[in-house]
This record gives sequence, C-alpha cells and structure tokens, in this order.
Amino acid sequence: MSSAALATNDLPDLTRTEGRSLVEYGLVRAHIAAAGVALAISMTAGFLYSLQFLGWFPFADEYLSPGHLRLVHTNLAAYGWLVNGFTAMTYYVIPRLTGQRVWSAKIGWLIFWVWQFILVATVSGFLMNKAQAIEWGETPTGFRPGTFELNWIPVDLLVVIGAVLLIVQLMVPLYRARDQKFYVTLWYFTAGLVWLALTYLMGNVIPEWVLPGAAGAATTGLFIHDLVGLYVTPMGWGLMYFFVPLILQKPIWSHSLSVIGFWALAFFYPLGGVHHFLLSPIPDYVEFGAITTTIAIEVVVTTVVVNFFMTLKGKTSALRDSFAIRWFYVGAVMYFITCLQCSFQVTWTFQKIIHFTDWVVAHAHLIMFGTFTFWLFGTIDWLWPRVTKRKWYSRNLRAWHFWLSTMAIVIMFVDLTIAGLIAGFMQRELNPWNDILDASLPFWWVRTFSGAMMIAGLFCGLYNMYMTCRHGEPYDETESLIPLSAD
Amino acid sequence: MERFPTLFFVAGVGCFAVAFLLSLVLPAMTLGNYHDMEYRTMEQLAAVPSHEFLELERVYPEAFEEAFGAADSASYAEALQLGRDLYVGQACWHCHSQYVREVANEAQRFGAPSRAQEYQNALNQPHLWGTRRVGPDLSREKGVHTNDWHVAHFLSPKNIVPSSVMPSYAYWFEADGTPKRDGFSIITYIQWLGTEEGRGEE
Ligand code: HEC
Ligand code: HEM
Repeated sequence: MSSAALATNDLPDLTRTEGRSLVEYGLVRAHIAAAGVALAISMTAGFLYSLQFLGWFPFADEYLSPGHLRLVHTNLAAYGWLVNGFTAMTYYVIPRLTGQRVWSAKIGWLIFWVWQFILVATVSGFLMNKAQAIEWGETPTGFRPGTFELNWIPVDLLVVIGAVLLIVQLMVPLYRARDQKFYVTLWYFTAGLVWLALTYLMGNVIPEWVLPGAAGAATTGLFIHDLVGLYVTPMGWGLMYFFVPLILQKPIWSHSLSVIGFWALAFFYPLGGVHHFLLSPIPDYVEFGAITTTIAIEVVVTTVVVNFFMTLKGKTSALRDSFAIRWFYVGAVMYFITCLQCSFQVTWTFQKIIHFTDWVVAHAHLIMFGTFTFWLFGTIDWLWPRVTKRKWYSRNLRAWHFWLSTMAIVIMFVDLTIAGLIAGFMQRELNPWNDILDASLPFWWVRTFSGAMMIAGLFCGLYNMYMTCRHGEPYDETESLIPLSAD
Repeated sequence: MERFPTLFFVAGVGCFAVAFLLSLVLPAMTLGNYHDMEYRTMEQLAAVPSHEFLELERVYPEAFEEAFGAADSASYAEALQLGRDLYVGQACWHCHSQYVREVANEAQRFGAPSRAQEYQNALNQPHLWGTRRVGPDLSREKGVHTNDWHVAHFLSPKNIVPSSVMPSYAYWFEADGTPKRDGFSIITYIQWLGTEEGRGEE
C-alpha cells in the first residue's frame, strides 16, 4: 500500500497539531455555497436567454439584454460554478491525501473573496458592455482595446492574482508531500493546477495583445479546449478517483489503466485545440493534427470509463443506495457519450453540417451539465452532511434533484441534437434563413422546457442544502477508511 | 512517474509546451509562408471612409455632426472601433459567425470563402469568428443591405424578418429612428465587414 493511502488511512483523527483540523471546513462550505448561488444565477440567465428564441424575452433595456445574459450564463457556469465547486473539493481532498494542511486559512479567505469579487465585476462588466472578445474568456480585461487605459475593473488581472494565490495555496501541501508516491487524484490535481495557470495566461494575453486574426484563432481554440480539457476534466476525474473508491469501499479496478488514462490525457488532449475552428483559414495540416489527436482521445476515455465500470462490478447496489454513486455513474455514461460524439463530430464530414448549429450546444450541455455538474452534485451530496455535521433534510428532495436533472439533460440533449441536424442540412440546402428559424422553433420550446426542469431540480437541491443547515439532525459519523490504492 | 516533480514538470509544463508549440507557434509561423500577412493598423483600415459612412452623414446631418463632427478618416476610425466594441459587448458574435467555409454551399449563400490575410488587422484582434450561427454569417455583410434597412432591422428585426429571433437594439436610436452615436457605429462596422476580402492575394 502506498504512503498516500496510508496518509488517508489516518482519517479518523482529522484534528492535527494545535488542535486544528487538517481540512479547512469553513472554506469548503463557503466555496460550495458560492458555487450553488452562481449556478442558480447562471441557469436563470440561460433560461431567460432561451426565452429570446421564443420571442418572449422579458426585458428591453440595454443592460439586461439577451446577449449580456448569454455571457453571464456561460461565464458564471465556468468561473462561478465549476471553479468554486472544484476549489471546495480540492480544499477537502488534497489535505486528506497528502496529510498536509493547505498553505494558510487566511489566504484561503482572501482568495474566496477575491474570487467572488471577480464574479461580481465580471457580471456587472458584461452588463456595461465590457466583455472581452475571447470565447469562455469574456471576463473583461478592463483596458480599452489596444491601449493601457483602464475602462473597467481589470478582471483578467484579478483572475491571475486569484488563480496564482489559489495554486500556491494548494501546491504547498502537494510540495510538502513530494516524497510520497502520489495517488491518482493528486496526479490530476498537480498537473491540472499548472495547466490552469498556463492556459489562462495564454488565452487572455496572446490573442488580445500578440497574435491577431487566424493565428489568434488557433490560440483561442486552444484556450477553449484547454480550459475544459486541462482544468475541468482533470479536476473532475481527480474527484472521481477519490470519491468512487471511498464510497464503494474498494480500490479502483486497475492501476495501469489509471496510469494510461492520465498520461494519455496529458499528452493528447492539448493537441486537439484547433478543432474548435475547423475548415477555417487555419492551415489544414494543423487541423488534421487536431482531428487525429481528438479521435485518439476517445481511446483514452474508453480506458478510464472501463476502469470505473469494472470498479463498480459487484457493487451495483450502490447505484440504488448512494445518490453520490448515482450522480457519478450517470455522469460517466454521459461523459462517454460526449467523447464518442467528439470523435465523429470532429471529422470534416460531420463538421460541414453540424458546426455552427444547436448540435454543438447540445454537446456543450451534455458535458458541462450532464457530466461535470453531475459529478459536483455527487460530491456535494456526499460531502454536505460531513461539512455541516447535519443529516440531509430530505431524501425525497435529493431524489427529485437527481431525476429532474437527469431527465432535463437527456431531453435537452436529444432535442438540440436533432435541431442541429435539421438546421445544418437546411443551411447546406440553401433554405432561406427565415425557414431555418421556423424549423428550429419547436425545438427551442422544448429546450426552454427542459431548462425549466433543470432549474426546478437545482432548486430542490439548493433548498435541501439550506434546510439541512437549518433543520438537519446532527450527524457525526467517524469517517471511514479509504482503500484507495490498487497496488 | 507518480511523484510531484514529474507530474509538475513533465505532465504540467511539458505536455502543455508541446501542444503550445505544435498547435500555436507552428501555425503562427507558417501562415506567413502562404500569404502576404502584413498587419493592417486602424489608421490604414480607416484611411478612406466608406461610402455608407458618408451616406449616414448626408442622411442624418445634425445627429451625425453631434456624434462624430465631420466624416473623415479619424471619425471613421472612431466609429469602426466603437462599432466593434458594441458587437463584442452585446455578444453579437455568439449569434453570428465571421468566417465563410468552403463547404456546405456557403460560398453561394455568403460569398467568397475566408482567407487568413483578411483577418490580419486591428479590427480582428482578437478575431470574431464565433462558433454559432443563430443568424447568418456576417463576414461579407458590406453592401448586402442599405443603411436604411439596417436602421429598420436594428429597431425591430421582427418587422423585417418575421421569424427573426434577433433582439431589438432600439436603444441605439432615437424614438423617430435617427441613430445615436452607438447606432451610427454599429451600422458603420457592419458595413465594413468584408472590406478586407481578397487582401494580400495576387
Ligand atoms: C439571439 C441571436 C442574435 C443576436 C444576439 C444578434 N443577432 Fe443578428 N441576427 C439573428 C438572426 C436569427 C438573424 C436572421 C434574421 C434576421 O435577419 O433578423 C440576424 C440577422 C442579422 C443581420 C442581417 C443579416 C443579413 O444578411 O440578412 C445583421 C446585419 C445582424 N443580424 C447584425 C447583428 C448585430 C450587429 C448584432 C449585435 C448588436 C446581432 N445581430 C445580434 C440573431 C441574432
Ligand atoms: C436552466 C438550464 C439551462 C438553459 C435554459 C441553458 C440555455 C442555454 C442557451 C440558450 C445557450 C446558448 C445557445 C446558443 O448559442 O444557441 C447556452 C449555452 C451554453 N450553456 Fe447553457 N443552459 C442551461 C444550463 C447550463 C449549465 C448548467 C451549464 C454548465 C454548467 C451550461 C453551459 C453552457 C455552455 C458551455 C454554453 C455554450 C455553448 C456553445 O457556445 O456551444 N448551461 N445555454
């Protein structure tokens, strides 16, 4: 058994020197709460934006315009929900796996407030037309284009400061544990934190200040891709490798498959960046490289998914007994579907038809909501009683949250995929744009309907979390041992 | 393999760097081998005001004078920049793409397929290619419609195209439809798109 596993087996004694706990529970709670609020606002914005497609958009002013709400939707989903959520989880997981505390609780609170300030400055910046023209990096630079005159809070700069602090904060325990053989989760977290810093800098600096036009597009393509593939994905898998064995009380099925999965992700994933702008003025040989590696990733994904399903073997009753496991494995199925889809839609054959259509939007929601959001919901489901020391207020609400979310994403995905195919073929057949809009309209109704379900599910979850804090019965289970290592 | 330094330097820094070189530095370097990729500054782009810009001055003399003074290359540059800023700020680029592909009959619908050198200029830093087409591609939009059409369309897209889902931008115009500074700018910018077509090709 590796020393990492030993470190975690110290668990029952979470109080270390000076009577302070190994995990900063306050920070975990705060980041989870902030993540929940951000997701609620993000989804509301997405919902309102979807009303524009039905001609029902409720506002007519310059600030709460549909375009602004779209920016709020995607950026809060990424920087508000996912980043806060993953940060909460790393605060919990890293100290437990390394046996080391994070750098400083005070810095932790500083980071927390800087980050929430960033979100407020970003959202208000969007409402004031200050977005930056970089997809998924629309957080305002704060500078007038091409100059160094400030015209808004320089959010990008704050993000760099916040991210650097956060990375140091979490790297300290990792570095202190450098003599240990790391458990898989920590491979993903170590590399993922480095990638986050490099990706953010690359994506926000190069297209804005260094490379215009087509070369800049290669950069923003890489940025969109790396943010998902080199931050969100490693964080997500890191959590799965931690929580699945913990909850199932058995080690991951194959250590070698974990190794392959990790290194292949590290190597192949970033090479696929240009696939966001295929059939574009970016040189063809770069596109071919991106297409080939994207297809290669599917092989990697299969190894990881197989590893997790083999781990579940013999313990399938957990799908019934544990909500967390349910969220995780449904999320893993959707992960597999999304990635399988990737390896087809990345080819020029598919691109011709589906690029620019709702197909891509379906794909984006399947991975962002169906997988990563599901995984975070799963971890929150398991963790919330443990960080609040209260039992879940209502089991029914947990079930409603799960089923509404699952049905919503399945409906949304199928609906938008079909809509994308129809619109794609109609575009190719040179149908008038008006007709394409008419053909899409019914699908947009269903999208809004599924969005409403998704929101309803979320509010079941958030209400349940709130009531758990207020009225949940006390909960103090000694945390169980973790058979994490397979060797 | 499973220790901090390997993970940090090889996986973290190393793998990132390989991709950075192959999918970014390399294309950036080779793009220049195929085309004349001379960068065009804002002064160069705005040297000669477009006739659509001049027409705006003729049709709305008072409002135009209040917004921009006279129509010359300096005010044209201002209008283009503000127009682009609005296009970015209102997220038009999340509903409209700005590149024409060589497939799916796009050349018939929108015009000549895009070339890299068209984008080598100040108004494409960062580029606005977009990844979604709720509305049509706009990279060849210059001259497709008249200024008047755009005024009417921005005021209320649905009045012009009944099934349109494009938002109204009436707040960029006075109640009688006269453009404000923002209204002039967005039309100027839209009427610029496509001007660089064919640039740098022999
Ligand atoms: C919600 C998505 C959406 C947003 C946001 C949006 N548009 Fe549109 N736009 C459309 C649709 C759909 C059409 C096609 C129907 C029509 O002509 O109204 C269109 C059509 C157009 C056309 C006419 C194209 C042609 O050749 O017929 C122009 C020009 C245009 N939009 C400019 C803009 C500008 C500028 C903005 C931002 C200020 C913007 N659009 C924001 C959806 C959008
Ligand atoms: C209430 C539920 C939701 C609704 C109604 C909704 C609606 C929308 C709409 C209308 C768009 C724009 C699509 C377009 O450009 O045509 C969009 C884009 C997007 N949404 Fe959502 N959304 C919801 C939930 C979420 C969640 C939970 C996430 C992620 C955590 C998410 C992530 C995204 C992303 C990444 C995009 C960009 C897609 C792209 O550009 O291809 N959405 N959403």
